[in-house]
Amino acid sequence: MTQRIIIPLHEEEVAPRFDLSTEVLTVECGDDGQILKEKILILPGPSAERLCHLALTEKAHLIICGGIDQEVFDYLIWKRVQVIDDVIGPGALVLQRYLKGHLKAGDIVRP
Amino acid sequence: MTSKSSKTSKEQKPIHPEIDFYRLLNDLPLGVLILDRQRRALYCNQVVEAITGLPAAAAQGLACRHVMRSRLCLTQCPVSQAGALRETVCCETDLISRDRQRIPVRVTLAPTYDRYGKPAGYVETVEDLRLLREHDEKVGQAFSFGHIVGQSAPMEKMFRIVPVIAQSDASVLITGETGTGKDMLAETVHQQSERAKGPFIKINCGALPETLLESELFGHTKGAFTGAVENKKGRFHLAHNGTLYLTEIGDLPLPLQVKLLTFLDDKVVYPLGDTKGFAADVRIIAATHRNLEQMVREGRFRQDLFFRLNVLRLHIPPLREREGDVHLLLDHFLRYFAQKLNRDISGYTAKAMKALLAYSYPGNVRELRNLAEYAVNVCQEDKIALKHLPAYLLESRAPEMIEVVPEPPHAVSAPTPALPPPTEPKMEGASWAAVERQLIMDALIKSRGNRLQAAERLGWSRSTLWRKIRHHGIDAI
Repeated sequence: MTQRIIIPLHEEEVAPRFDLSTEVLTVECGDDGQILKEKILILPGPSAERLCHLALTEKAHLIICGGIDQEVFDYLIWKRVQVIDDVIGPGALVLQRYLKGHLKAGDIVRP
Repeated sequence: MTSKSSKTSKEQKPIHPEIDFYRLLNDLPLGVLILDRQRRALYCNQVVEAITGLPAAAAQGLACRHVMRSRLCLTQCPVSQAGALRETVCCETDLISRDRQRIPVRVTLAPTYDRYGKPAGYVETVEDLRLLREHDEKVGQAFSFGHIVGQSAPMEKMFRIVPVIAQSDASVLITGETGTGKDMLAETVHQQSERAKGPFIKINCGALPETLLESELFGHTKGAFTGAVENKKGRFHLAHNGTLYLTEIGDLPLPLQVKLLTFLDDKVVYPLGDTKGFAADVRIIAATHRNLEQMVREGRFRQDLFFRLNVLRLHIPPLREREGDVHLLLDHFLRYFAQKLNRDISGYTAKAMKALLAYSYPGNVRELRNLAEYAVNVCQEDKIALKHLPAYLLESRAPEMIEVVPEPPHAVSAPTPALPPPTEPKMEGASWAAVERQLIMDALIKSRGNRLQAAERLGWSRSTLWRKIRHHGIDAI
C-alpha cells in the first residue's frame, strides 16, 4: 500500500510553522520506502486551513511539520492524518529519516 | 578603527571580569536569545526555554526561526529585510510553542558589536504577552455591564443604577431608540435579579394580532374559541417565578392594556375561557421606542397602566449622545467579529476611524455592530480602511437620517418605521444578510459564475461560498 506524505517547506527546510508555509512537498512512497512520486506545490498564501484542505484532498496519511497549533493538530488527527510535529531540518533529510523509520516528533535533523 | 562607538568600547573597562553573565541572563525575567551574524542561536536563557519549550542545549546552533517560530521570523524578519540591522527593532507577534500553544509575544531585536565595533550578531529579547492580553481583556470588560458596553457618562450612570433596579421586584420600563439595546438591558436586569434562576420570557406586543396576543399572553382553555383544541399556558404562566419581558409595549392594543393592568393589580392571570385564575409570581419589564407620555396624552395608551409600568424607568441614550462610546464599541465589535471570523485585523486606519466617528448612527448600536461586521467580513488586510466601509457611510446623508419620525396619529398597532424608506435600492439600513447576498452576487458576476474565483475574490473557501449560496437561495434564481 502506498503512503502519501506532506511536508510544508520553508526554502529547503521543514517550515518552522505549519500555518505560515507556502510551499509543500508531497511524496508518495511504496511499502519498501521507495519514493514513487514527489512534487512541490506552491500555495497562493500561508493558511493552515488551506493546508488541511490540501492534506485531505490529497488523501495524505502523514504530515511532517514544525510548529502547529493544537487546534489544527487535533483536527488532522480527527481526520485520521498522522502528524509528526516539532521537526527541524532539511526536508529531504527529514523524509529520508522517516523512511528509515527513525523520525519522531521533536527531532532535529542537522545536515 | 576610528568610529566613535569603537573608541567608546575601547575606553570602557569591563564591568567586572568575575561576573557570571550567563547566570545573570538566566535570572532575568525576560527571554534573551543571543544570535551570531548568521542568526544562529548561541545562547538562550531559561525564559526563552519556558516560552518556546525548546531546551537551551537543543537550541544552540539552530537558526533563530526554528528556535522562536514567530510570525515575525517567517514573514518580515527585520534582519533579512534590511540586510544588516543597525537599530533596535521592537514589535509584537506570536509564536507557536512546543506544546502547540500560540503565544503572543513582544520581540526586541538589536545588533551587537565586538570590542572593535564590528557587527558580532544580534540579541533578541522576548516578552510573553499572555498576562498582558488577559489584563487588557479585563480592562475592556471594565467598561461593560453584562453584555452592554459603554464608558460615557450616561452609560456609567446607568450601570450604577441597574444593579439597584435589578434587586428590586418592581416593574421596569425601558425606553430608548431602536437599536440601543433595550432587550439586552432587560435580560441583564433579569440576570442580576434574584429571579435569575427563573425563566426570562420575552414577547413582542407588536408582532401578533390582538386575539392571538391575548391567547399568547394569558393562555386559553380547551374550547375557549374555535381552534382551541387543548389547554395552553400563556407567557405569564411560563414566566412564573421569573421575568416577563414585554417588548414594544407601546403597540399593545387597548383591550389588552386593561387586562395587563388587572394583572399588575391582582397578580392573577385568567386564561381565555377559564374562570379560575392562576397566581403568577412574575416581574414585568416593558420596553418601547415610542414616546409613551405622548401616547397617553393622545389617549392611545392607558395612563393608569403607564403609571404602573413606569415604577422604575431606565432610559438608554442614543449613540450620538454617548460621547466616547463609538470608539469603544467599534473596537469591541472589531475584536468580537475578528475572533469569530478568525481574521487577523488589528484596528482601523485613521481615515476609516474618522469617518466612523463622524457618522451619526441613526440605527444606534445595532447599526454600528452591523457596520463592524460588514467591515471585518470585507477587509482582507491588517487594518480596516475606508474602502472596507459601506458606501452610504461616506455620503453626507446623516442629518436627514437623524430626523425623528413623528407618531402616526391613528396607527395604534402599526409599528412606525424608524427610518424613512430609501428611495433607491441602496445598502443603507440593509441587514448584513442582504449585504452579504449582494457581495456574493457581485463576486459571481465578476467571476462570470466561476465559484472558485468568486470564493477567492471574497476571501472565503469554496465550501463556505457554497454554503452561503445555498443559505441565500442564490441557486434558485
